Amino acid sequence: MPATDIAIVGFAQTPSRRECNQSEVQLLVPTVTEAIASAGIERREIGFTCAGSCDYLTGGPFAFVSNLEAAGAWPPISESHVEADGAWALYEAWLRLQEGDIDIALAFGSGKSSPSDPGEVWAQQLDPYYLAPLGVDPVSLAGIQARALLDSGKATERDFAAVVARSRGQAKTNPNAQQAGDVDVDTLLAEPYYRAPLRKHDLPPISDAAVAVILARGDKARQLCSRPAWIRGFDHRVEAHQPGVRDITTSSSTTLAARKAGYDGGPLDVVELSSTFSPQEIVLRESLGLGVDTNINPSGGPLAGNPIMAVGLVRIVEVASRIVDGSANRGLAHATSGPLLQQNLICLLEGE
Amino acid sequence: MTNERSAIIGVGQTNFKKRRDDVSIPGLLREAVDRALEDAELSIKDIDAVVIGKAPDAFEGVVMPEIFLADALGATNKPLLRVHTAGSVGGSTVIVGAHHVITGVHERVLAVAWEKQSEGNAQWGLAGGRSGGIGAGGAFAPWIRSYIQESKAPDYIGWMVAVKDRRNAAKNPYAHLKMPDITLEMVQESPMLWDPLRLHESCPSSDGACAVIITNEAGAKRAPRPPAWIHGLSIRSELGQFPGRNPVRPQAGVECAHDVYRQAGITDPRREIDMAELYVPFSWYEPMWLEGHDIAGPGEGWKMVDSGETDLDGAFPVNPSGGVLSTNAIGASGAVRFAEAALQVRGLAGEHQVEGVRTALAQAYGGAAQYFAMGVLRSEPPS
Repeated sequence: MPATDIAIVGFAQTPSRRECNQSEVQLLVPTVTEAIASAGIERREIGFTCAGSCDYLTGGPFAFVSNLEAAGAWPPISESHVEADGAWALYEAWLRLQEGDIDIALAFGSGKSSPSDPGEVWAQQLDPYYLAPLGVDPVSLAGIQARALLDSGKATERDFAAVVARSRGQAKTNPNAQQAGDVDVDTLLAEPYYRAPLRKHDLPPISDAAVAVILARGDKARQLCSRPAWIRGFDHRVEAHQPGVRDITTSSSTTLAARKAGYDGGPLDVVELSSTFSPQEIVLRESLGLGVDTNINPSGGPLAGNPIMAVGLVRIVEVASRIVDGSANRGLAHATSGPLLQQNLICLLEGE
Repeated sequence: MTNERSAIIGVGQTNFKKRRDDVSIPGLLREAVDRALEDAELSIKDIDAVVIGKAPDAFEGVVMPEIFLADALGATNKPLLRVHTAGSVGGSTVIVGAHHVITGVHERVLAVAWEKQSEGNAQWGLAGGRSGGIGAGGAFAPWIRSYIQESKAPDYIGWMVAVKDRRNAAKNPYAHLKMPDITLEMVQESPMLWDPLRLHESCPSSDGACAVIITNEAGAKRAPRPPAWIHGLSIRSELGQFPGRNPVRPQAGVECAHDVYRQAGITDPRREIDMAELYVPFSWYEPMWLEGHDIAGPGEGWKMVDSGETDLDGAFPVNPSGGVLSTNAIGASGAVRFAEAALQVRGLAGEHQVEGVRTALAQAYGGAAQYFAMGVLRSEPPS
């Protein structure tokens, strides 16, 4: 992959909420406006825009068209949309910027899980011929993954609870978190199973939110931001769909994406993982070869707020914000899609 | 950063039909992908990344279906990116695929776009999932009437486009509706759907997929058959409704066209472009896009149709493939425009080949005529 000089220079996100009264575009409009302001640019300076969302979540075909309002598409703009988390929208924007004819791009992601039952929606993502007819839902699949992890000896139920306790504790300093607070591992383990071996707290909350990012190239990035978060590597990989043909106690596509993004196993000041269910943090930690002392999900991660279609881009913003404010110099962000970490994206960020 | 030259070296389309119940969704896509690989004489292992596009997932009832299609697309261990820009998506998919190559991030990219509309109810989907919706024809008919009123076009212009496209489709082995014996009278006497659009002036609902393989200069030079060199790519979006908008000649379409012409060094599109594949789901959109993309002056688009200039053997052939009017698997349709333009500059279009095509224009639009994706392809590489 060629070296690129593209950086995150502005961003904004709404808090994750269990249910907000605004529509998706109402969440997006102030968020995009705030991201533009944070980069200190005018809207007309944006050369390319890419949005990420899911029609099914919003509940109607072509639902994403309404979100164009947030991009401010008049006069006409160069704009694209991915039916994916905003992290993939950022990937397309990063790709487009590399052509060198424009200096600034906008990417955003948005999703409202509150109007529907996520268990029903995401069951419709499974292979419609061989998997969906079995009636399997995402939480049951996550339970199977957790069970496989226990059986492999790679983790214990106490490890799952420890992830939850740490996430909620770290989320206390995150104003955008939905679930935060001090919880004790033994108390968590005393709770009943929801889908054995998962307990309710091993699941992410149901969330609504939006997030927006401004990218800039080279000197423009330095001009706009005193400490841009440079994208040193960016890659995403998918693996086979059927969980039955994968080793679900690891994530080979995460390992591959990290390698392709140029991650060399060196020290990381901050890591934000889209570990939607607590056991997945353990899976991802192993797949990335992260040591026990790695600073994982200081924001609280998806267990503190899981706005599907924004949650991956939020991870990137959480890493970028720590680089921009100088509290970190090198970080890694992860986004995922599909059942049981089928598709994974890695964004490697660094200060100057 | 130096941008790579890029070219389309493989094109594959399924046979389009109302209902492809002989294949599953993965089988449908693989039919197009295998034909594209065969054209490029590559194996699926040679592909570095896959970009996939389709219109709303509700057409088939699978959320983000590329997730379950990863294996069938040969995408495992590769990047797989899903694009959705409404009706223009097939064009956007090819363009996003090309960006992977132009930037040097990947060398050989498979762009595939599809729709299997028989799995669901496309009219319901096109109405935004609301029952009793007006459908796409109902949305576009008022703008078509506005065009007719402003341009003073005679009513038979729409019928002429329908006759031309359906006859052209009869020469295209992959097309859905083939009517070699269609006449103006047959169109004129067909049932009125959305005034002034009659049945034969409206696109069908199809199942099908289209795949193209895009590579860099080195890859294009190794290709077994002539490449279609990419000389310009552009996308533009605008809001679908606001006071003062001109939906008959959307500004996004004007700017998108001017952007690709500029990239390709075209100053007089009508003379310098040899043929065009334009997204014409309803007959009148042929003259409307000829004017909307400044190929013809105001009120001149319908005269190009009337004089036979857009016929297969005319001076500016439009939709020799039979176009969207004859084949419309919505997500695929924009990609088919690029694929057909590529076949024309490569001289591989078979019975519907236009003689001596060196420069071809591909165009797709979507939403409330608010999303545009356009490309200029040539038989020769950019200088």
